Amino acid sequence: MTAPADDAANAAEVSALTSLLRLRAWTRPHRKAIIVMIVSASGAMLAQSLVPLIVGAIVDGPIRHHDTSALWPLAGLALAFGVAEAALFFIRRYAMARAALGIETDMRRDLFAHLQRLPVSFHDQWPSGQLLSRLTTDLSTIRRFVGFAVVFLIANTAATVIVLVLLVHIHAVLGLLVLLAMTPLAVFTRTFELRYSREARFAQDLTGDLATSVEESALGIRVIKSYGRRPQMLAAFTRDAQRLRGAELTKIRTLARFWALLEGLPQLILAGVAFGGVYAVAHHSMTLGQFVAFLTLYLRLVWPIITLGWLLALTQEAASAARRIFEVIDTESSILDPAEPVAAERGTTLRFEDVRFRYEGAQDDVLRGIELEVAAGETMALVGGVGSGKTTLTALVGRLYDVTGGRVLIGGVDVRDLRLDQLRHAVSTAFEEATLFSASVRENLSLGRAGISDDDVTEAIEVAQAEFVYGLPFGLDTRIGEQGMSLSGGQRQRLALARAVLGRPRVLVLDDPLSALDVHTEAQVESALRRVLAGTTALVVAHRPSTVLLADRVALLADGRIAAVGTHQELLAGVPEYRNLLAQTSEYETTKR
Amino acid sequence: MSDPENIETPSDPANWQGKLTPDAAQAARMHDDVHTAARAQLRSEARQLLADLIRPHRRAIGWVLLAVLVQVAATMAGPWLVGVAIDDSLPAATRGHYNSLITVTVALLGCALISGWLRSIFVLRSGRIGQDVLFDLRRRGYDHIQALSVSFHERFTSGRVISRLTSDVDTLTELLDSGLDGLLTALFNIVAISVLLLILDLPLALIALASLIPLWFLYRWFSARATVAFRRTRETVATMIVNIVETFNGIRAVQAFRREKRNDGIFGALNDDYREANRQAFKLHAVFIPGTSLIGSVATVAVLLVGGYRVADGTLALGVLTSFILYLRLFYDPMEDVAIFYNSLQSASAALEKISAVLAERPSVPEPVAASPLAKPVRGALSLDAVEFGYSADRTVLHEVSIEVPAGQTVALVGATGTGKTTIAKLISRFYDPTSGAVRLDGVDLREIGDADLRAATVMITQDGFLFSGSVADNIGFGRPGAQREDIVDAARAVGAHEFITVLPEGYDTDVRKRGGRLSAGQRQLVAFARAFLADPAVLILDEATSSLDVPSERSVQRALHTVLAQRTALIIAHRLSTVEIADRVLVLADGRIIEDGTPEALIASGAGQFAALHESWRDSLV
Ligand SMILES: Nc1ncnc2c1ncn2[C@@H]1O[C@H](COP(=O)(O)OP(=O)(O)OP(=O)(O)O)[C@@H](O)[C@H]1O
Ligand SMILES: Nc1ncnc2c1ncn2[C@@H]1O[C@H](COP(=O)(O)OP(=O)(O)OP(=O)(O)O)[C@@H](O)[C@H]1O
Ligand SMILES: [Mg+2]
Ligand SMILES: [Mg+2]
Repeated sequence: MTAPADDAANAAEVSALTSLLRLRAWTRPHRKAIIVMIVSASGAMLAQSLVPLIVGAIVDGPIRHHDTSALWPLAGLALAFGVAEAALFFIRRYAMARAALGIETDMRRDLFAHLQRLPVSFHDQWPSGQLLSRLTTDLSTIRRFVGFAVVFLIANTAATVIVLVLLVHIHAVLGLLVLLAMTPLAVFTRTFELRYSREARFAQDLTGDLATSVEESALGIRVIKSYGRRPQMLAAFTRDAQRLRGAELTKIRTLARFWALLEGLPQLILAGVAFGGVYAVAHHSMTLGQFVAFLTLYLRLVWPIITLGWLLALTQEAASAARRIFEVIDTESSILDPAEPVAAERGTTLRFEDVRFRYEGAQDDVLRGIELEVAAGETMALVGGVGSGKTTLTALVGRLYDVTGGRVLIGGVDVRDLRLDQLRHAVSTAFEEATLFSASVRENLSLGRAGISDDDVTEAIEVAQAEFVYGLPFGLDTRIGEQGMSLSGGQRQRLALARAVLGRPRVLVLDDPLSALDVHTEAQVESALRRVLAGTTALVVAHRPSTVLLADRVALLADGRIAAVGTHQELLAGVPEYRNLLAQTSEYETTKR
Repeated sequence: MSDPENIETPSDPANWQGKLTPDAAQAARMHDDVHTAARAQLRSEARQLLADLIRPHRRAIGWVLLAVLVQVAATMAGPWLVGVAIDDSLPAATRGHYNSLITVTVALLGCALISGWLRSIFVLRSGRIGQDVLFDLRRRGYDHIQALSVSFHERFTSGRVISRLTSDVDTLTELLDSGLDGLLTALFNIVAISVLLLILDLPLALIALASLIPLWFLYRWFSARATVAFRRTRETVATMIVNIVETFNGIRAVQAFRREKRNDGIFGALNDDYREANRQAFKLHAVFIPGTSLIGSVATVAVLLVGGYRVADGTLALGVLTSFILYLRLFYDPMEDVAIFYNSLQSASAALEKISAVLAERPSVPEPVAASPLAKPVRGALSLDAVEFGYSADRTVLHEVSIEVPAGQTVALVGATGTGKTTIAKLISRFYDPTSGAVRLDGVDLREIGDADLRAATVMITQDGFLFSGSVADNIGFGRPGAQREDIVDAARAVGAHEFITVLPEGYDTDVRKRGGRLSAGQRQLVAFARAFLADPAVLILDEATSSLDVPSERSVQRALHTVLAQRTALIIAHRLSTVEIADRVLVLADGRIIEDGTPEALIASGAGQFAALHESWRDSLV
């Protein structure tokens, strides 16, 4: 299930820093807010550490001296710092809301836009849960990293360095010993990072798998119910959830070890400092006052060290989330606008020249040298057995896939030399599966294409015999699709057909467009469709004689080649394979009469 | 802010989303926006759910608490021991006696080891509890959603299911793994220190504790708003996920019809909504947390002033005030941790509310409380008795439909599109219950048959033939759990799928990918058929299950129906009369009513009916 992700995981032994640095492209517009975050965080820390000093000063000064008049201004100062601390915190969170959310939102927008434009072959390979988890879970991890980790990593490092310098300044030997005692931390941190980033990655991939299995169970609910397979599905889901739980627990074990070190080490060092300090004071290499100052300062180190564990964990998770996202972003679309687009196709003849096609990762070509010409304005039916490659062939016209050999030409121009939107403006397809979106009927037909008038919509509905839409509660404004009204199979198929003929495309590709229609409706659609087809170059995949009759000529697809082309009658008479595929002497007629 | 039901993109002022019928809109609101009356209910349900999830771990939580307690003590002992070192060991060391110093150092080392060890215990144990809770919640949610009826899934959408079981559950993770230890340590500190404060000086302690009153108001203010804000984030993320799922499932149409730009706009609006919702929550947090610390600062200053005056007039010792103020800091600092925890709690409860709302849904086709036993073997006699049905109250799809199908009969159901054929199939599969009238199997009302019995007896093959990602063999084996490879191959052979399967790169072990995308439409239908053959039910419903097959494949499927399923009851819905012709009997449905019923011969012979006309035009098309 994780096939593509796994490969990438191995390839991605990129360091955490490299992947995080790549986030700069998105952090740049929010630079100001990030600086405000860091400055206000440092300011708040400062205020926080000054307040106890002022309070100490008050106790040592006015209060000790019973000077109540001097009490007020100093108390006011303490209060002011308290207020400043709160205000700075507020500013930091506010800036963070801007920056972290801004980065998250921008990245999601860009990732979504990129994913939408990746070719169908990419979407064939990737489980949708993996994409979804990148767009949701991974991006929130990055948001948390930008919002919390960045600021505190910087602030904590600064605090640690300052404190260490001061410690060395107070007592060089003891200070250096503290520094030395901390070096194991660096080593353990490194091993921890390596380990944890691998484990985080694994858990993130499993999260994607879990999303995939949830999605499948929701989409396949009818099948599951029909077979009463709820217990089995639950068992399978439990397995997935258990694997995720296992992965999370592995992470937790690593964390537990590391955190124990972070908790224990500062205290171990404290024991050393106490011993060394007392020894030094006893031997007069340090005054008691210096020792106390040393201790107090040292204790300030403990908090940054303990939080380090949490920050590093978050950093590693963010790095591997970023890696997961960049894997997708780095996938270049293989179907691109040409470098030098041809201004316009000349005419609408559709030609396949020695077209070969092989699906990614397959061993054999599905199409092995297709030679076919559909003259301008002609309707060509495409007939072939189950799995012979009809749908594959139709997908090449609108460049949902690119040929792996040969060329597809429209009006003499290779489809790869046309701008994509130009090509897809000219070519319109009704797919085998009628996908509806959660939107109004009108939107489902136009799909947001520009320049479509109400008359066009009316006409398309008439051609597809989809007048039933006027009978929906709000007519063309009724919401249909998953979040709206459900329609019957034939109703959906007619809408898909109407969508394809809408806007009078120059080349029309229909993949078995009438399979879900009853004979009567089919006849009506056909007669309406004939009018449209009269001036349009069309390729119509057909399984039934009734659909074939729409066409001027028929092409027979077998073994990845066009085995024969001719009229229905010619092929019936001359090609046994064709007869076998289409001519149904009714068994009922022969056996029962 | 903007209502997710009415997002308007800049490119199109018109409402592209379209309107919902009142009851559909009502249902959508149910999922997305709960009315005030139901809110309190939901909140208490969410709490109940949380309590439920945690209950099995009470004992483990007890141990974790103990570990924290000891660890806090070990950590706190550090400074005290250092104090001892300064007060006792130092004078001794100056005199050249190191015993005391060594004792203290060893004690410090011991504390360090204990505290490190307990820390790892704590992280491990609490992590395990957290993961168990999540695991439990996921499983519960998943199973419950699977138990809900098809009608629920039709309005709830797959995107929302995903959002509940992934994004919402994840929110709980944050609560479990970040907040908990902070909270425990903080609560210990707060309780211990307030006792200390009360002992030290009562009046000052009262001032300090009085700060709890504004704090309480702050919490109230925060929770009222945070609930709304976090709910909003849950809702916006759900609509976003719905859009993502829809886009990627329809990627071919999106690209072929150049919808990318427009989708950028639509998704951008949802994305911004989500950001806006998060921003609201962040803002509340930005007031709440510093508010807590501000109250602490004000209280500290108040204690200082009052204490200062009392020291001045001699009613308070300076030493007491000094330690009081030191402890005060330890009292207020953890308040912030509590506030942070409270924040994640609010966020998690919003998510839990959403999940418990789903858990509170009851299947609209419930399992019978006391199932009537179905005599085995099931014969497969079906009857629809004056069945009325409509998907919504305002539109009846089936009117008084009565059909008797004796066991073993093959019945064809034909009729124009949208007349209700699939609806009848769904009623027989009990995806829905009729509004009035009854559907019976072997004389027993479906509403009284246990789910397992019913599903073993009836299988429906739909037109889309949904396949799960996984191998071909797994997909066929879905028909009968535990089936051997030979059974699977036999089933595939029977329907004529074996040939193409063996040509696939890894034969029966080839992964068909999501929704069977690796196969052609006809191949998917054949696999779906093999799956149903393997299940070998008493009643088989084919809803346009051969529409994408070529004629030879359809023939082989029909042969299989004839031989393998000869004794079975079959309901075949089809438009191709070639599919229908193997039927013993034909029913013609028009506008939700059965208008013709008879053997094909009789109907054709009568010459006047719809079936005869259909047959005529079909014959013409054969040429
Ligand atoms: N995404 C894919 N990856 C690899 N192989 C594929 C993919 N899609 C289809 N195939 C294989 O390519 C062959 C042709 O498939 P295609 O969908 O074009 O058939 P078809 O002629 O449209 O069949 P049908 O009449 O059943 O719709 C089939 O054998 C199928 O298994
Ligand atoms: N889930 C649903 N909710 C609301 N209305 C529905 C639902 N499913 C179908 N309908 C409506 O009920 C009517 C009957 O639909 P049904 O699917 O039973 O038709 P059908 O006879 O199977 O048509 P087809 O031949 O096109 O599949 C249609 O008008 C359809 O729009
Ligand atoms: Mg096809
Ligand atoms: Mg139907």
